Parts: sequence; structure tokens; C-alpha cells
Amino acid sequence: MSTSTILGTLDDEKAPEAPTRRRRRRASHNVEASTHNRGPLWTAAGYAGMVLVVLVVAVPLFWILITSFKERGDIYVRPAQWWPDPATTANYSELTTRIPFFDYVRNSVLITSATSLAKIILGVISAYALSLLRFPGRSIVFLVVIAALMVPNQITVISNYALVAQLGWRNTYQGIIIPLAGVAFGTFLMRNQFLNLPGEIIEAARLDGAGPMKLLWRVVMPMSWPTLVAFALITVVNEWNEYLWPFLMADDESTATLPVGLTFLQNNDGVTNWGPVMAGTVLAMLPILVLFLFLQRQMIKGLTAGAVKS
Amino acid sequence: MQSSVTHPRSATPGTGGPPPEVGPPPRRSSGRAWEWSLAALLLLPNLVLLIVFTYRPLLDNIRLSFTDWNVSSPIANPVGLSNYIEWFGRDDTKIIVGNTLVFTVATVGISMAVGLGLALLLDQKLRGRNLVRSVVFAPFVISGAAIGIAFQFVFDPNYGLIRDLLVRIGVGVPDFYQEPGWALFMVTVTYIWKNIGYTFVIYLAALQGRRADLDEAAEIDGASAWTRFRRVLMPQLRPTTFFLSITVLLSSVQVFDIINVMTRGGPQGNATTTLVYQVYQETFVNQRAGYGATVATVMFVILLAVTVVQVRFMDRGKKA
Repeated sequence: MSTSTILGTLDDEKAPEAPTRRRRRRASHNVEASTHNRGPLWTAAGYAGMVLVVLVVAVPLFWILITSFKERGDIYVRPAQWWPDPATTANYSELTTRIPFFDYVRNSVLITSATSLAKIILGVISAYALSLLRFPGRSIVFLVVIAALMVPNQITVISNYALVAQLGWRNTYQGIIIPLAGVAFGTFLMRNQFLNLPGEIIEAARLDGAGPMKLLWRVVMPMSWPTLVAFALITVVNEWNEYLWPFLMADDESTATLPVGLTFLQNNDGVTNWGPVMAGTVLAMLPILVLFLFLQRQMIKGLTAGAVKS
Repeated sequence: MQSSVTHPRSATPGTGGPPPEVGPPPRRSSGRAWEWSLAALLLLPNLVLLIVFTYRPLLDNIRLSFTDWNVSSPIANPVGLSNYIEWFGRDDTKIIVGNTLVFTVATVGISMAVGLGLALLLDQKLRGRNLVRSVVFAPFVISGAAIGIAFQFVFDPNYGLIRDLLVRIGVGVPDFYQEPGWALFMVTVTYIWKNIGYTFVIYLAALQGRRADLDEAAEIDGASAWTRFRRVLMPQLRPTTFFLSITVLLSSVQVFDIINVMTRGGPQGNATTTLVYQVYQETFVNQRAGYGATVATVMFVILLAVTVVQVRFMDRGKKA
């Protein structure tokens, strides 16, 4: 199965993408796999299932959203109010005044951008060397890169914490960014992409006198755009959501990211004041959900690509 | 770029550093050294990062597990096996391993079963299925910390969503914050809610890549839906199931954000503490990094063993 089958996953209307791959797809004839009718009862059950699924996902999100617009007193009533009445934005203004919310946003944006950029560049150049350059020990180097996927972060944090603390990098941007910048999955993803490029075109470019770097920028990258976008998107999502390492590194608003800042907010007082906390979670979820809304196809391609190599 | 992990022979006499020839196609003899140097240059930054921040700490972790290091002091005295002896003898070890086991088995089992069910449902020709597919997948991209905090309020035993729904249908409301079993239930449900989109999307991709003709042939032969599911569909999904069983297990075992924001491992001290959370607590809260490293090492060995068993199991299944 090729990674491109994923493209049809969430949205079947789109025709197969341009034939950038050598491998012939054989999935296309399966799209209509379960089309034959199974009777009205079966169909009704299907729709009932869909409604149930949507409710299970949407109701909690709806609940969080309405809570963020309720007045403080209305949050603590029984039975619960299912619509904010009166609606207020007080929680949002409290959120931005009581904690340095915009500092967290700034840190998140900076750290996510820097880490993602580093990962994307390192992933592309590592993958290029591992797929289109010839040198001794290539497969061993690839194995070293890929095996890093099997090592959970949670096991490496103790020693990394000690190292970063020794360097005096605790509560700094570089202390958060640099240890996260190594890239195993992205290398794997981009290498697969580069290996699937038509060999004839690359040979032709080489014969035309394209040096390795020119080959990368002028020939290989333009043909790998969709995979690069997918890789970039999942990297941005993962880095935006990264929690454990920034949580251990950041002490205050000078470096704390949004998820870490939310944890500070939660702890501020003994009894959680849910209004501002819900407003904070809404604002933390929103950017990624909007990104997802517009770019879900590419995002899913990246997140699932590892799974669909046979 | 002389020394390099990638190709120790790059500095052999006569090849020197990267020569300035950029334009023309590299000739056989000098071209090779050129290519090797470039590969080293491109790979080195990433390799250094992975070695320093992934492989070095993995080994250093083992060393630390034989010391009494507290995370802040520069001194770590060797203590031999005493951390390991303590871990195997302590009462809370049983509880924490049990929590990890319950959480992992529940999340892996339910995520995979429900994910497959949803994939089968949304593979049918139903109107609006694209929208529903997006909805199912959406929580997977949201920050676990944000979801954990939000779901703490969803499960609030006094004013939460779950309480409101249960009261409306006349069912008693458990105290998700205070009762150990229900607290574990709460973090498990939250984790599954967030991550179900992953198993769903991967199974859906596998379903779309399957051979429909086999299913149709079996149907013509009069096989029941259940037989077709077991004998025709499941064997085709086997590689996907195997892949998911490993990746979902690895990510479930590693959960930190949801537990940290929802329960901090409590109530009653450790009712929702898993091995990973114990690593954090011993190292950074109790200042016993040596003991934390011991737990991390034990966990890594267990994970490695489980993965090896899974791979073996898969290989045997292939031959059968």
C-alpha cells in the first residue's frame, strides 16, 4: 500500500493526485467497496451511529465553549445551563489580565516555529543524504536515525534535564528547542518520498550536470511538495502540543508555552475557577482546530504515512 | 568536517575536504569523496542531536539508576542494586504497574476495536460521512494538556457535564475526583476520546486499500457477514492491526500530559499513577532521580520485551 492511498481517507471527492509516484496505485478500484445497498434498516442504523459519534465528540467541546462564555455564578448551578444566559466575555478578559496569557502565546509561537523549522530542514537534508547520496554505512546510519523512534521521551528526560541544567539553559528558549530538534520520523517520511521519485528524472538531471544541492532544490523538492507540507504540518501540530519537556524546562512566563501556562492557571488557586480556565483551553485549541479545518488532508497524510508502508 | 560518525574514511589522504567543484557532474574517483563529505555534512547535525539527546540519555539513564542522585546536586553516589531492590519490594510498585496495565490494555483494546468499528461505519456510503470523519479525527490534533484540563471540568462531580447527563437519566454520579477506580476510568476515557481518531483513520486507510472482490466473492458464496468479517476482512487488515498494536501501545504507555493536568497521579497518592508518571514524580517532585531512572529503565526493558513479543507473534501469524 502506498502512502498516497491516505489521500482519499477523509474526503473521497478529490481525484487522485498527479502521478508523481512510480508505484502504481491499485487502491482506486476499491473506493466503491461497500456501495451496494443493504436495505433501509441498515442505512438507518448507519445514520444513527453517525449521529451518536458526532454527539460524543461535539458535546464535550460544546460544553467547554459555553462554559467559557458563562458568568461565574452560572457555571456553578444544578441542573446545568446548556446555553450561556447572559453570555459574557468576562472570562476571556480575566484570562488575559490575571495571567500573562499573551506571553504564553508568544512563547508557543516562537518555540513552535523554531523547532519546526529546525526539524523540517534537518529532516529534508538527512533524508536526501540517506536516499539519493551514496556513501558507505548508509543503511546503518538510517537504522540509527530510525531506532530513535523507539526511545520514549519520558525515559530520556532525566539525563537531558541534567545536561541542560548544567549548561545553564533551564528556562531558556534554546534549552527547550535544541533537545527537541532531532528528527527521526520526518527523516523516515521524507526518505520514503525521495525513494519513490522517478529515477529517470533524477538520472537525467544528473546527466545534465546538476550538482547535488541543485538537484535537491530544483528537482527533488518541487516533486516532493505534498509530502513536505504533510511533514511540516504534523511537526507544527506536535510542537504546538508538546508538553512534558517545556513543562520541565519552563519556570515562568518568560519561556512557558500555552499548554504549560494553562497548567499554571489551573493551579493558581485552590479551587479551580473554571470560567477563565475554559476560556484558556478554548484559545489553546482554536489555532490547531482552524489549521485542521483547512489542511486536514495534508495533516492526515503526514500523521498516517508511517502506518501505510507495507 | 573531518571527523564524522557517518563515514570515518572521509579524511583519507588525497581526498581532503569538499573540493570546490559544484557545477559539473562528479567524476568517479574524486566524485565519491565529494559525495561522502556532502552526506556527512547533511547528516551530522541531526545525528549529533539524536545521539546527544536520545541515545546518550538512554545509556546515562541506566548509569543513574545505580546511584542515589537527586536531580539538583552534582554528586551521585553509587548505590549498586539498591534502587532495583527497592522497586521490586515496594508496595506501591504493584499498584502502579497495575494502573499502567489497566490503562494500557483498556486504551489499546478499546481504541483499536472502536477505531475499526468507526472505520467500518464511515466506509459505508452514507451522506455526510466526510464531515463525520473529520469530526472523529479532530480531537487527535488538540493538545493533550488542554483536553485534560477541559475534561477535568467535564467530569466535575458537582457541576460537570457527565454529572448533569447522569442525573437527567436518573443514574447515580460517581466521584471521579476522589474514588480511585473512577479516577482511573476518567483519565482512560479522556485519553481514548482524544486518540480514537488515529486508529480510526489508519483502519479507514487500510479498508480503502483492501480488495473488495474477495469480499464480494465470499458474499456470492453465501458467507455470512460475520464470517466475511473474520475470514476475509480481518486477515487483510492484519498488518494494520499489528502496526497499530505497537504504536498505540507505545503512545499509551507514555501518557503524561493528561494525567498531570487531571489527577497528578492521585487520588490517594497513586490511584492514577502509571510508570511514566512515577518516573516524573520520583525524579522531579520527590527529588529522587536515581530511583526515577530505575523506574525508567525497568519501563524501557518491559517495552522492549513487549515489542519483541509482538513482532514474534506477527511473524508466526504470517507463516500460519
